[in-house]
Amino acid sequence: MSCVETIQAYAFRSLGFGERLLPKGEYTLCEHFTLIGSGMIWNVYFGVLALLTGFFLAVALAVGKSSANPMWRKPAEWFIFVFRGSPLFIQFFFAYACFLSLKGVSGFFDPFTSAWLGALIVLFCNTAAYSGEIFYGALLSIPKGDIEAADAYGMTGWTRFRRITFPTMMRLAWPAYTNEAIFLFHATTLVFFSGFPAWRQKGDALYYASYFADKTFNPFVPYPILAFYFILLTLVIISIFGFVNRRLNKHLPQERRSKTKLKLNLIR
Amino acid sequence: MFSYCTDPSTLEGLSWLSCYLTTGKHMNLYISVFVVLVLLAITAPVALLFGFGAASAARSKFLPLRWFGMGYTSIVRGVPDIAFFLFFVIALDQAFEWMRHKVKCPDWDQPVRQGIDFVVCDAAKLPLSTAPQWVHETYGFFLAVLTFSIVFGAFAANVLYGAMRAVPRAQIETAEAYGMTSRQAFWRILVPQMWVYALPGLSNLWMVLIKATPLLFLLGVEDIVYWARELGGTKTARFTDYPHPNWHVWYFAALLVFYLCFTKVSEVALDRIMKRLTKGQATAGGEAQRKAAA
Repeated sequence: MSCVETIQAYAFRSLGFGERLLPKGEYTLCEHFTLIGSGMIWNVYFGVLALLTGFFLAVALAVGKSSANPMWRKPAEWFIFVFRGSPLFIQFFFAYACFLSLKGVSGFFDPFTSAWLGALIVLFCNTAAYSGEIFYGALLSIPKGDIEAADAYGMTGWTRFRRITFPTMMRLAWPAYTNEAIFLFHATTLVFFSGFPAWRQKGDALYYASYFADKTFNPFVPYPILAFYFILLTLVIISIFGFVNRRLNKHLPQERRSKTKLKLNLIR
Repeated sequence: MFSYCTDPSTLEGLSWLSCYLTTGKHMNLYISVFVVLVLLAITAPVALLFGFGAASAARSKFLPLRWFGMGYTSIVRGVPDIAFFLFFVIALDQAFEWMRHKVKCPDWDQPVRQGIDFVVCDAAKLPLSTAPQWVHETYGFFLAVLTFSIVFGAFAANVLYGAMRAVPRAQIETAEAYGMTSRQAFWRILVPQMWVYALPGLSNLWMVLIKATPLLFLLGVEDIVYWARELGGTKTARFTDYPHPNWHVWYFAALLVFYLCFTKVSEVALDRIMKRLTKGQATAGGEAQRKAAA
C-alpha cells in the first residue's frame, strides 16, 4: 500500500471508518503516523468538550467555595476535594464500574458505559474540580480596591460579579488555567487504559501507539510519534490560550500584564 | 483465617464478610498496599536525587552537560507522562538486555532486531528463563521503580532548578567575595538555602506521586488496581467458596477512599513541615507567622 492509500484507509479508523482490520506484518512509518494521528481525534474530542463544559461548573464551584453560606460552600469543597484528592485512573475505573451496574437497572445508562460519554463525564468533573480550585484561588486574590470601587458605584450581586469579579478572576487565573488545559489533554490518554473498552479497536492515540509497541516490540518508533503529536497539540493550546490572555489583559499597562508561564504541576 | 471459616456456605452476614475479606487472595490485596508504599519510599528519594543531578547539570558551565540537564527537565512538559511510563518500561528492559548481550555474547552474528522481533542470546535474557517466579516479579517491580524515578526526577529537576534560581543572587556574591570557589559556594550557600523555596513544589510533587501510583498497574506490576479488578469480578460457586456478583464498584470505591485518606494525611503532614521550615525565614510566609504570634 502506498502512503496515500494508507491515509485513505486509516485516517478515520479511530471513528470506525475505513479499513476494518488494523495493519499487519511489517509496519511502515506511514501507518504509524496515520493511525496514531487518527487516534488523536479522540484526545482532542475529550479534551475540548471536557474543557468547554467543565469551565462553567468550575466557575460555579469557585463561587460556591467562596460563599459564606455552608449550604453552598460544603458541597463545593467536597466535590473539589474528592476529585483532586484521588487519582484520575481510579476515578475512571470507579465510574465505569458504577455505570456498568447502573446499566443493569435501566437501559437509559447504556451509552454511559462507552467511552465517548462515560469517560467524558469523568473528565468533565475532574477538570471542573481542578479549575474550580484555580478560579477559587484567583477569586481570593482579586484586589480589594476593585471590589470597593464596584461598591462605590452601587453595583451589587449579579452586576458586580459580571462586570468586576468575573473578568478579574479570569485574568488572574488564566496562566494557571492554561496549564490545567494542557494537562487535561494529557490526561485524556488514560481513558482507554482504565476499563472503558476500545470497541472494535477504536481507540485514542496512546491506544494505537501501545498497540504498535506491543506488536513490533519496538517502543522507539510509536512513542516518539505520539510525543510529536502531543507537542504539536500543546503548542496549539498555548497559542489559543495566549490569544485569550492578551485580550483579557488588553486594558492593562504593558508591565502589569500577567504572562503565561508554562509550569508543570500535575498528573492526576 | 478464623476457625469458623471452614465451611463458608453455612455463614451469614458479618461473619461471612469477615471470612471473605481474609481469604488468601485478599491477603495479596493487602500486601499490594505495601508494594505501593515501598514504591513511594524508594521512588521519592531516588527521583529527588535524579532531579538534583539534572538541576545542577542544567546550571553547569559545560555546554553539553547543560543541554542534557535542560533536555531532561523539559521532556515531560509537552508529552503525557503515561506515554513515558509505557515507553520506559520496554525501552529500559531492551537497553539492559542489549548491554548484557554485547558483553556476554560477543560472537553473536545475527542482528538484535529481526523484523518485528527483539532477539538476544539466552545468556543475556533478563531475568534468565530458568529464574524462579519471584525474580521475574522483582525485576518487573525494579523496572517500574526506575521508570517512576526517571519521570519524577524530571519533575523534581524542574522544581529544584526553580528553587536554585530563587536563592537571592547576593548570597552567592557574598560567598564569592569571601573567596569561595563556585563549587564551595554551591554546596555551602546555595544548596542549604534552596530547600525553603523548593518545598511547596516538592510537596505538590509528592501528592502527584501518590496519585500516580495506580499507574503501576499499566507497568505490569500486580498492584492494588490489579487485585481490585481480580477480586471484584463476578465469582460463581463453581470456582470459589465465596460466590458473589460483580463487586467492582465496592472495590474501586474502597481504593478511592484509601487514596483520599492518604492524600489528606499527606496534606496535613506537609502543612506542618512547611510551618516549621518557614519559621523565622525572611519570606512572606515567615513574616505572616511572626505577625500572627505578635
